[in-house]
Amino acid sequence: MEILVCVRRVPDTSENEIELEGTDIARDELVYSINEPDNYAVEEALQIRDRVGGTVTVVTVGGEDEEEVLRRELAMGANRAVLLSDECFTGSDGRGIATILKKFVEKEKFDLILTGVQAEDGAAQVGGMLAAMLDLPFASLVNSIEVNGRKLKVSREIEGGNKEVNEIELPCVLSIQTGINEPRYVGMRGIRQVASVPIATLGVSEVAANTDSVGSKAAKVVRIDYFVPVQGHGAEILRGSREENAEKVVELIAARGGLR
Amino acid sequence: MVGAFSAISASPLLSPEGLIASIHVIGIILFIYVIVRRMQPLLHAQSDCRFDRPVERLKRVGKYWLGQWRHPRYRFAGLLHVLIFAGFLLLAARAFSLLIKTVAQEFEMPVLSGRSYDILTDYAATAVFACMIVAIVRRVVFKPARYQAPAEFGKWRSVDAVILLVAIAVLMLADSVVAATTLAKNDGSLQAVAMYSLPWLLRQLMQSNTAGGLANANFAGNVLHAVTFYFLLCYRPFGIQFHVETSLFTIYFSKLDRGTVKPVRWGVREENLDQVKTFGVKTFQDFTWKHMLDFYSCADCGRCAEQCPAHAAGRPLAPRSLTIKARDYAFRHYPVFGKFNNSHALVGTIYSEDEIWSCTTCGACEEECPLFVEYIDKIVDLRRGLIDDGKVPQSLQKPLKALESRGNLYGKLEKKRADWAKTGEFKEECPIRILNNGTRAETLYFVDSTISYDERMQAIGRASARILQASGEDFGILGAAEKDSGHEVRRFGEETLFIALRDHNTDAIHRSGVKRIITSDPHAFNALRHDYKDLPPVEHITEAVARAVSERRIHLRPLSDDTRVFAYHDPCYLGRHNQVYEDPRAVLDAIPGLKRVEMKHSKDRSFCCGGGGLMLFYEPKEERRIGVLRVRMAAEAGANAIVTACPFCLANLEDAIKTAGLKEKMTAIDFAELVDQQLVPKIPRKDSEMQYETASVGD
Amino acid sequence: MNRMFAYIVQRAGVVDDSAAELVQAARKIDASQEPTAVVTGSGPGLEMACESLRSSFVEVWKISNEALAYPNAELVRQALVRVLPPKCVVLISHDHFGIDLGPGLSIKLACPFVSDLVSIEQVRGDSLTLVRQQFGGQVSAHYECDLASGAVINVRPGAFRGEPNGGINGVIIGKSSEVGTLSAKRRYVETIVAETGDVDITKHAVLVSVGRGIQEKENISIAEELAEALGAAVSCSRPVVDAKWMAKSRQVGTSGKTVKPKVYLACGISGAFQHVAGLKGKPLIIAINKNAKAPIFQVADIGIVDDLLEFLPELTSKVREARGAVTK
Repeated sequence: MEILVCVRRVPDTSENEIELEGTDIARDELVYSINEPDNYAVEEALQIRDRVGGTVTVVTVGGEDEEEVLRRELAMGANRAVLLSDECFTGSDGRGIATILKKFVEKEKFDLILTGVQAEDGAAQVGGMLAAMLDLPFASLVNSIEVNGRKLKVSREIEGGNKEVNEIELPCVLSIQTGINEPRYVGMRGIRQVASVPIATLGVSEVAANTDSVGSKAAKVVRIDYFVPVQGHGAEILRGSREENAEKVVELIAARGGLR
Repeated sequence: MVGAFSAISASPLLSPEGLIASIHVIGIILFIYVIVRRMQPLLHAQSDCRFDRPVERLKRVGKYWLGQWRHPRYRFAGLLHVLIFAGFLLLAARAFSLLIKTVAQEFEMPVLSGRSYDILTDYAATAVFACMIVAIVRRVVFKPARYQAPAEFGKWRSVDAVILLVAIAVLMLADSVVAATTLAKNDGSLQAVAMYSLPWLLRQLMQSNTAGGLANANFAGNVLHAVTFYFLLCYRPFGIQFHVETSLFTIYFSKLDRGTVKPVRWGVREENLDQVKTFGVKTFQDFTWKHMLDFYSCADCGRCAEQCPAHAAGRPLAPRSLTIKARDYAFRHYPVFGKFNNSHALVGTIYSEDEIWSCTTCGACEEECPLFVEYIDKIVDLRRGLIDDGKVPQSLQKPLKALESRGNLYGKLEKKRADWAKTGEFKEECPIRILNNGTRAETLYFVDSTISYDERMQAIGRASARILQASGEDFGILGAAEKDSGHEVRRFGEETLFIALRDHNTDAIHRSGVKRIITSDPHAFNALRHDYKDLPPVEHITEAVARAVSERRIHLRPLSDDTRVFAYHDPCYLGRHNQVYEDPRAVLDAIPGLKRVEMKHSKDRSFCCGGGGLMLFYEPKEERRIGVLRVRMAAEAGANAIVTACPFCLANLEDAIKTAGLKEKMTAIDFAELVDQQLVPKIPRKDSEMQYETASVGD
Repeated sequence: MNRMFAYIVQRAGVVDDSAAELVQAARKIDASQEPTAVVTGSGPGLEMACESLRSSFVEVWKISNEALAYPNAELVRQALVRVLPPKCVVLISHDHFGIDLGPGLSIKLACPFVSDLVSIEQVRGDSLTLVRQQFGGQVSAHYECDLASGAVINVRPGAFRGEPNGGINGVIIGKSSEVGTLSAKRRYVETIVAETGDVDITKHAVLVSVGRGIQEKENISIAEELAEALGAAVSCSRPVVDAKWMAKSRQVGTSGKTVKPKVYLACGISGAFQHVAGLKGKPLIIAINKNAKAPIFQVADIGIVDDLLEFLPELTSKVREARGAVTK
């Protein structure tokens, strides 16, 4: 199976808070890594490949900085990495990114395309858009994949911890939810071992994209700034000693009928 | 003698001499064959660097092999073994001369012969025989807990041991029969035997026999001796008694340098590591020859497992199981009779991943083993193999990534690394210099990640800094330029990341121009001392304080009206791995009014707190918590306060006190915090830092 | 502003709360028109749904087709594309169905897609300025979108407060005939219901809920003791399930369970939207968190800035005291 995984390099915000600098976020201290759901997607692709054969290609839209993420996924076991990079790609909105990816996909032949369910901007859109552009079936929030010939049995994460099981035909696009598997570890040594593997870089002409459909000029949904909303009223903070607070809480619970 | 032999009617095909000679020939050939086959896998193993420092190695052999120095750590079994060993050595000469005498009767062993030697050996045989009876009874009737192998190994193990004990008893019997029935050289009378020895006893029993009968008995004894001797010789390499042959070598080739970790490949320089195709141990041949020798040598005595904290907690790890499983693998896949078939992955077949990650590297097993079987290097090598294959538990991947991107376990910002030193009043009373371009100092206080970032442990940093200031140290810290020492990173098998951290820190230390390093973190202490190269001398704060106290550079206030009874918990990487036992105790005892008790497991038998660094993040499958076991030991010793000199120990023990429900009955405090509280300070200070002061228990 | 629609998911005749929320959102975008509901399905369930939507929408477009008996985003999209007028603005709730439907629909309708809209800042002509969140809710951002050629807008559930019975008497319009045959390469098979395990948190009046702040699996016993004293159950947020410290059946949130307790103690929970969205009704929310800036304090009624590992045992003993007093 020829599998493509679309990945993205994002700031790592698990431990440290994002701080504002004017109307942008403070970028000096940021470290970047692969978007977590994308990492799960790559691991899933590798596991499928190891089960049924084929190759795994990872692709991202960006610049030189993005290479480190592609290299990490190569170290993880991907066969090939492609960087879609061009000045006129900058400022693309989600639809623009999907357009660029669509152009790349059309030049090749993939059976399965995976993306992470969402990235740091929480939009969760590129996978679904890409599928519709390519007229391929799509399923989001996938947390398990079973291969049955040219059909996949996938389950989606819906509310209540329930799983919605669907059958989907190849070729298709899936967006992958975290927790689908346990991604393998990639260390510095692994990355050094793939340091000299070439990463193909394709620009706007190689993917034959229409410059009108990508980049900031084509963007229809544009971010203006970052800000932190003024905190509203919020909770009444108890200011007593620990003992006093505990007593007050017991009172409040009892008043609500929670202490029968 | 010849006459006696020829008096026996043997079959025409086989004369008495022929019989004995055949036994010799067959026995020796078999033995050589077995040994060669057993050694073959070692020839294809990874190389190991064990031929240096011969004098030190010989001293070790003298103390631990000849002197059986470690055995009495288990009193009864130890003394039993010392007797057996002494007996074996004494009897060895007699055994050899007996064997040679059967084909060359005139042979006399130089030095180790003659009457007094014979008397000695008579008693030796008696002693060994008696020990065998005791040992068999002990195994079969009393069944000591540490001999019980896990069910997965089957019942064969105990039977194997008993067979060997019986065989040795038979050997002693045969030896004594021969001694009892040997004719003296000059006349036809029987050679003298030691009074009340086993030969003497047998002679009494055989009094009624004729000369011919005695001669038969002598011949039979010789045959039995020869057969049993060769049986044992050839059987031992198939079981736990192979250590009889290999112990001299495992002890001679044992690891000399405490606290170190073997390089990825001996003989491969770090610059060339990129060319090594796989890191670590994945298949059996990836072990070094010395490690394979260790597998052969294990006597399955269980002393290591009994000391192992992971095992006590019910984790799937027991050191001896690690060895026995590998040994059984070697026996199965490199059989003496049969074809070699190897190259199977070890983890996933004989070892589980959980088993390998469960080890805290405390070193209790290595400290206990009378054969000097090594464990830490093997675990590290197995972990290197898992890391190489990407098989790392998710719980460890996060801190490893944080270490790679931020240089600390928690993923916190580099620029906040020195924030612990900048809190309000502390900043004024004890300003700490950050050593960079302009600022210099004599001594570096290496903080490491936990004390830098963990809110609770930052108090240790502040207390240590105040102590250093009071004792007149000219010191500074590296601040944001410092990264994690990488101690656990290395021991968890991530050698490449460790090297990156080490090189970064080494560079920063060199640029700072300091002449000495002090740290409060025993893991950093061990790393800087043993894993790093070309650094100025490194000390732990307990050592520095002990010196300052004895040189009267700091003075300690007495404790008054304090109901606390302290137990000092030896951190593994300060105590066992670096043998700093007395300094912390000397300081504690220098605090007037401090009541201290010693736990049963202390000093080199200290029981690990559960592990530090990356181990804080790993989620093992266990039945109880290591830390809880340890605080219960403190309670048993009569203590209501634990003092320790390691931030990880403190974290684990404070946590354990809560989990064990001992919050009212036990407190924990760090050495630096305690000393700081009792310091007679140069500058008077406010008491707001006392939030972690443990008031007298029971207030 | 072009015509506004709201696609409403119905399952077995039950319509989600979000329907009323979408009405509010639509009115904020264009106060001069009422949105039209579009609902798909088959059989009596669909009839029921349409009836209940009449009170919130002036017009309800009913699309009945056997293939749409179970909401399959691929098929729904096909149907919508055939039925919706060009350049319309479609609002969808940003739940697991909306994530499935929204992006692809915007491509097929050839209009922009706005994801997970949190609030509307202003509308000038066809230009919409809105607020979204990024980085797990740590920062907000203003976005601008031109609605001249329509749009698909996914609205965050709970971002707008809807009134379930808007007092409208709407009309149901059948649109099934415009749809024709539907087929897709994705087929719904079944739903596997999560095991409830030993404890069904949806049935408890008091929940002690733990988040990442519990730090270690072993500390959950502290919450269990409090729950026991209160006669409550222990629930949790997603990180606790991901770390495998508690079963999925204990998770409160968009991908977990929706609960309606009387009292909800959020211990060491940051307050991410996905978790809070699982809390319905109007429980008394008491939040305990070491971090005074945690978003949960915006949502909670009572807040205590303290270490939960210290506070919970104190609370447990106070509860026991009070309980002891009650039973005397």
